[in-house]
Amino acid sequence: MIVFALATVTSRKVLRAVMYLLFVLIGVSGIYFLIDYSFLGAIQIVVYGGGVIVLFIFSVLLIHHVELELEVTPLKKKIIAGLLSAAGLGITLWAIITYPFKAVNASQPIEVSEIGNKLLSYGDGGFILPFEVISVLLLAVMIGAIVIAKGKKLEK
Amino acid sequence: MIEGISIYEILSLSSILFFIGIYGFFTRENLIMVLMSIELILNAAAVNFVVINTYLYPDFLQGTIFSIFIIALAAAETALAIAIIINLYKLVTSVEVKDTEVMKY
Repeated sequence: MIVFALATVTSRKVLRAVMYLLFVLIGVSGIYFLIDYSFLGAIQIVVYGGGVIVLFIFSVLLIHHVELELEVTPLKKKIIAGLLSAAGLGITLWAIITYPFKAVNASQPIEVSEIGNKLLSYGDGGFILPFEVISVLLLAVMIGAIVIAKGKKLEK
Repeated sequence: MIEGISIYEILSLSSILFFIGIYGFFTRENLIMVLMSIELILNAAAVNFVVINTYLYPDFLQGTIFSIFIIALAAAETALAIAIIINLYKLVTSVEVKDTEVMKY
């Protein structure tokens, strides 16, 4: 997974980078399946593998030629970005490793119906408000994407 | 939780993923590539939510629900950004970061 993630950010062919990203996303959904959250894993595969990757492929094909190679980033920029992210990674790993997590050893697989009840309950600790907000957001994004994508035609 | 794998290993994996995404965000010159790096970052964050939920608080569902929201937000953001990028390509015929100085039609 890490190899594919590195390939995603370093590959110079656009379509190959998209494919490497798809492999990374499938690996993430594999983690979800391993820890018994199969609903999340299924969502991950459907939304990313089925939606987002197809969007990326379409936009790449609309914009670039398939074999087009990206510009090489200057080495100085690469070194600076690499140093910065390595430093951040070091600090984060140090913080994770030195923090004593108290892992609880009782895991039961969660049901999909539990997630649904939690999402729609308006009692204590329910998530009905964020759920509604995110559905309004999705509607707004849908309309916005349509309007933006055909903006030129609307002007005339 | 996975047998024989502690929370430290998965958290290390997801933070490595996160910083690979940040590296890509800094170095890529192409807008679509920048967007893909953002996808990596959001995925690492979602994995963190779910893993902490499973390993530390297995009786609650908050982490799961938050990562569902993260996935929905990421999909929405990608759709909108790709619409903007395609429109921008129609205007300036380029999707490099350095060419997109004007965001106004």
